[in-house]
Amino acid sequence: MTKGVAITGMGIISAIGNNVGENFKSLSSLSHGISYPEILDTVHKKLPVGEIKFSNKDLAEKLGLKSGHSFTRAALFGAIAATEAISEAGISENQLKDTGFISGSSVGGMDMTEKYYKEFKGSEENRRFIQAQHPGFTTTQIADHIGFKGFVTTPSTACSSSANAIMLGARLIKAGKLKRVVVGGTDCLTKFTLNGFNSLMILSSERCKPFDENRNGLNLGEGAAYLVLEDEEILKGKKVLGRITGYGNSNDAYHQTASSETGEGAYLAMNEALKSADISSEEIDYINAHGTATKNNDLSESRALQRIFGKIVPEFSSTKSYTGHSLAAAGSMEAVFSILSLQHNQIFPNLNFQTPIKETGLYPVQEGTRKILKNILSNSFGFGGNCTSLIFSTNGE
Amino acid sequence: MYINGIAGISAQDENSIFSGAPLKYHKNIIPAVYPDFKEFIPAMALRRMSKAVKMGLTASKMALKDAGISHPDAIITGTGQGCKQDTEKFLESILDNQEGLLAPTSFIQSTHNTVGGQIALNLKSYVYNVTYTQNSGSFESALIDAQVRFMENPNTQPVLVGGVDEISSVITSFLYLDQQLKREQISNLELLKSKTPGTITSEGAHFFVISAKPYTNTYAELIDVTLFGAESPEVVVTRLNEFLIKNNTSEEDIDLVILGNNGDSRYDHFYNQLQKGIFSNITQLAYKHLSGDYNTVSGFAMWLGCKIFKTGKIPQSLKINTTEGSKPEKILLYNHYLGENHSFILLGTP
Amino acid sequence: MKMSDLRTELKRSIIEQLNLEELEVDDIANDEPLFGDGLGLDSIDALELIVLLEKDYGIKLEEPEQGKKIFVSIDKMAEYIEAHRTK
Repeated sequence: MTKGVAITGMGIISAIGNNVGENFKSLSSLSHGISYPEILDTVHKKLPVGEIKFSNKDLAEKLGLKSGHSFTRAALFGAIAATEAISEAGISENQLKDTGFISGSSVGGMDMTEKYYKEFKGSEENRRFIQAQHPGFTTTQIADHIGFKGFVTTPSTACSSSANAIMLGARLIKAGKLKRVVVGGTDCLTKFTLNGFNSLMILSSERCKPFDENRNGLNLGEGAAYLVLEDEEILKGKKVLGRITGYGNSNDAYHQTASSETGEGAYLAMNEALKSADISSEEIDYINAHGTATKNNDLSESRALQRIFGKIVPEFSSTKSYTGHSLAAAGSMEAVFSILSLQHNQIFPNLNFQTPIKETGLYPVQEGTRKILKNILSNSFGFGGNCTSLIFSTNGE
Repeated sequence: MYINGIAGISAQDENSIFSGAPLKYHKNIIPAVYPDFKEFIPAMALRRMSKAVKMGLTASKMALKDAGISHPDAIITGTGQGCKQDTEKFLESILDNQEGLLAPTSFIQSTHNTVGGQIALNLKSYVYNVTYTQNSGSFESALIDAQVRFMENPNTQPVLVGGVDEISSVITSFLYLDQQLKREQISNLELLKSKTPGTITSEGAHFFVISAKPYTNTYAELIDVTLFGAESPEVVVTRLNEFLIKNNTSEEDIDLVILGNNGDSRYDHFYNQLQKGIFSNITQLAYKHLSGDYNTVSGFAMWLGCKIFKTGKIPQSLKINTTEGSKPEKILLYNHYLGENHSFILLGTP
Repeated sequence: MKMSDLRTELKRSIIEQLNLEELEVDDIANDEPLFGDGLGLDSIDALELIVLLEKDYGIKLEEPEQGKKIFVSIDKMAEYIEAHRTK
């Protein structure tokens, strides 16, 4: 088994909590964060979402930002979560200068673009948000706020963005190109994505039912999550929360938004992750699935799981039933949940499940379960066929 | 890492710079010179594609053809602003119809990784596929990802890496409003003499096939790439010295430097200080008066570097100092935009 | 509306909405399969046609799968529209 890259800190803000502790409490007590849009200014008041019930003003206050700042909502989330992560890892201001920062985002500052798009021409007031349209702007705001001065970048591969951020960070450390890097992603609810997914007819008007025969779409969510990864050389006895032992990235090459029936991209990504971790499929104790609850993904992912694991698919669940689908941030949020599972030997169940999918007969974990967990597989699949799988393992003392 | 295939689509056509007749424009938003996309992309796929996807996919296929490869081992793309035309289309329909009945195609096509996704679809390729959107560091991010692949496995099969950005009618016009673009329309060839804030912009796609070994047709060795933040030119100099030492290269070893001066009076001082100091005795070239400035324009600079190695020619239209040079062996590229995402790319003769 | 007018109108709308720039109304036969072999439309086009049904004819489909039986050909689409249109 590959030793893997050490994780020394994590941070998260989601619909089920403003930090790691709160998220863990919600997951353990089966408390989901799905509600209706109150902060997002949309006509679709009846579409369930995993909305974080803080206005941008509240978030800016938490961060101590002055008025007239240029933070997008995703940057606010990102700054909060990244601060928690580096605080847990005990990274000093001086050390931040050479710490890399890789933050995935799908629509970045689109919340500001859609808010001011019609006003930019006629009024000077909010023109500082013109650059918000591209995701890199949001990443740079978080980086500048925290003090990252080295390698800063933004993977943008839709729903697998933060998973790819984690993968790149781990690869950079293993290759010796960086000693320390903060990796993850952020996305906020926007009219753009809510209406976009709605036009694809894949949003559910109820709380989503991942892997259920009667599933009828996803709930969008929002938030941010980050991990701090450090090279062995600089650990100096620091507490290691877990390790990234495997990763795989493959493209489904089937369709722009739908997954192939055989789950080819997913299968190849999971396979590559197992190979890079140098473990067999039997050693996976639990799978944190992508499980968006769309008709297409859950069937495709289930088929891929059966291809990898054969007759006995390990315990699996989709935590999107708690948080909704936070697009780019999903991969890193689920990474935090996977580390929590490893730390507490606890599987967080798949909420809202009743009937298995006819074609596969697979049952996800339906109740909170205690089990010794050593290796967890986490999947993130995005539009454009981007499939990424990560394997998290205990520190293995 | 060796660059064995290249392709570029930009405001200059294939031959204009190296034949001594660069194309002239008198506007601040310059469309690229487009090839015949139908030659490379089937009509049923082409009908939905934005310019970014058409340019990106076409440049990819041209680069693969140039390298004699049909299937790369990885597809790594950089785009600063993604598919703006489709973003605009969908956003406007939301705002104009009060979130009413909306058609999905432009939403689907607007995600930043559409170019990478379409390349995979067109080639039916399941390989590693990632897109980076780090403003003017997008192309460099893609190169760094490729570099890590070669560090992980020195026998890596050839990978496809590129950068692409498009102009769009509304979102690009916003660049006038926050002074990214000059208020006054200028002639592109006068850009570097300008003393006002802002620059000119354009669009383009530049793709490269990078392999572990050189071949007879190799354009250049890609020695190293780095991306960093810097508040002042002094920090840039410090980072440059670290970069050169790391690559066992001294200042004297650099024969030619390709700089990203863009005529923006607020930010060109980063380049000017290096031009007067560490680069004062070497041939200095600039290019954004020919290509415009956009987030992945460093791809154009790398394409230029490759062509200079291959042809042995240094076009007069690129020169910004009088130091003569010929047959360079090491070329350094330095770029930044609005004082952020500073990057160095070091190329060597194959 | 005369039978042939609706079919012509549909063909024009489809060519425009789906960006089938190379095609003319006469290039699409009334009974030609729209998906798969024939015109070669895909699932994204199907979603666009669902929007067209609602926007131009006031017919709202709840499930995207319903489209499979309706969008078989121009003839089938026209028949369905004639039976269900509210505009």
